[in-house]
Amino acid sequence: MEQTPILKVGPFLLVTIQVDMHDRLVQRLQTDLAERITATGARGVLIDISGLDIVDSFIGRMFGDIAAQARILDAETVVVGMRPAVAITLVELGVRLQGVRTALNVEKGMDLLQAAVAGEEERVGGSPD
Amino acid sequence: MEVRRIEALPIRSSDDVVRVRRQAHNWASELGFSPVDLTKLVTAASEIARNTLEHGGGGSARVEEVRRGVRVGVRLTFEDQGPGIADIAQAMRDGFSTRRGMGLGLGGAKRLVDEFEIASQAGAGTKITMTRWK
Ligand SMILES: Nc1ncnc2c1ncn2[C@@H]1O[C@H](COP(=O)(O)OP(=O)(O)OP(=O)(O)O)[C@@H](O)[C@H]1O
Ligand SMILES: [Mg+2]
Repeated sequence: MEQTPILKVGPFLLVTIQVDMHDRLVQRLQTDLAERITATGARGVLIDISGLDIVDSFIGRMFGDIAAQARILDAETVVVGMRPAVAITLVELGVRLQGVRTALNVEKGMDLLQAAVAGEEERVGGSPD
Repeated sequence: MEVRRIEALPIRSSDDVVRVRRQAHNWASELGFSPVDLTKLVTAASEIARNTLEHGGGGSARVEEVRRGVRVGVRLTFEDQGPGIADIAQAMRDGFSTRRGMGLGLGGAKRLVDEFEIASQAGAGTKITMTRWK
């Protein structure tokens, strides 16, 4: 069965979503990520969606579920690279992405994860640096 | 409204939902939709195609390139012979879902397009037509 590749980058996992994913592939990714977090002891998950044309309610819910699941496994999740048109559409659709952190790109997402793992108390990600 | 081309697609699996999205995407892109207009159309297509599959038990989609006067657009029609919707107003409301959904599909799709029509009856299936103009 098809799978979305999950790369280990230092203490983090990086998922780059490039294809238009059908729902079963989305669900598969969620399970695979939980397994990889446990197997590697990763402290953070970075999901790069710069290649995604759309995020609908199903994928939006998946981001929330992944973040919640990762948190229970002691890992932070950051979704990066959302296109402006996708962000505008998500708001109109009514999807709030509660509990999901976002960053502009992979680099900024990494910074956010590193800061979170370092246990910095200051509010990270709240304003662009 | 003049229909310039039509593509009919079945909706029986989640791969078919992807195909409908892609078709809507390609035609909107060929018509020169802006990224925001295109994303809204394709997202609405995704929501309703998934409803057709999951709530309607599968059905069909029709993607059409349409023109009215000087305006061009994409019209999408989804039909199923599933259980239908007894209370349409309730189903359209944000947050209403008969499963563990967010209940945003119907209301959200309506907000994302310019024209939205729904016809449904308990026991007799559902038909939804939506148009987004360039
Ligand atoms: N084609 C259909 N046939 C029968 N019932 C439908 C159909 N489409 C929608 N419904 C009903 O309307 C409700 C609301 O649909 P809507 O798409 O808004 O939310 P959802 O599919 O439950 O969740 P979400 O789309 O947010 O994942 C559904 O839970 C279902 O009961
Ligand atoms: Mg739905």
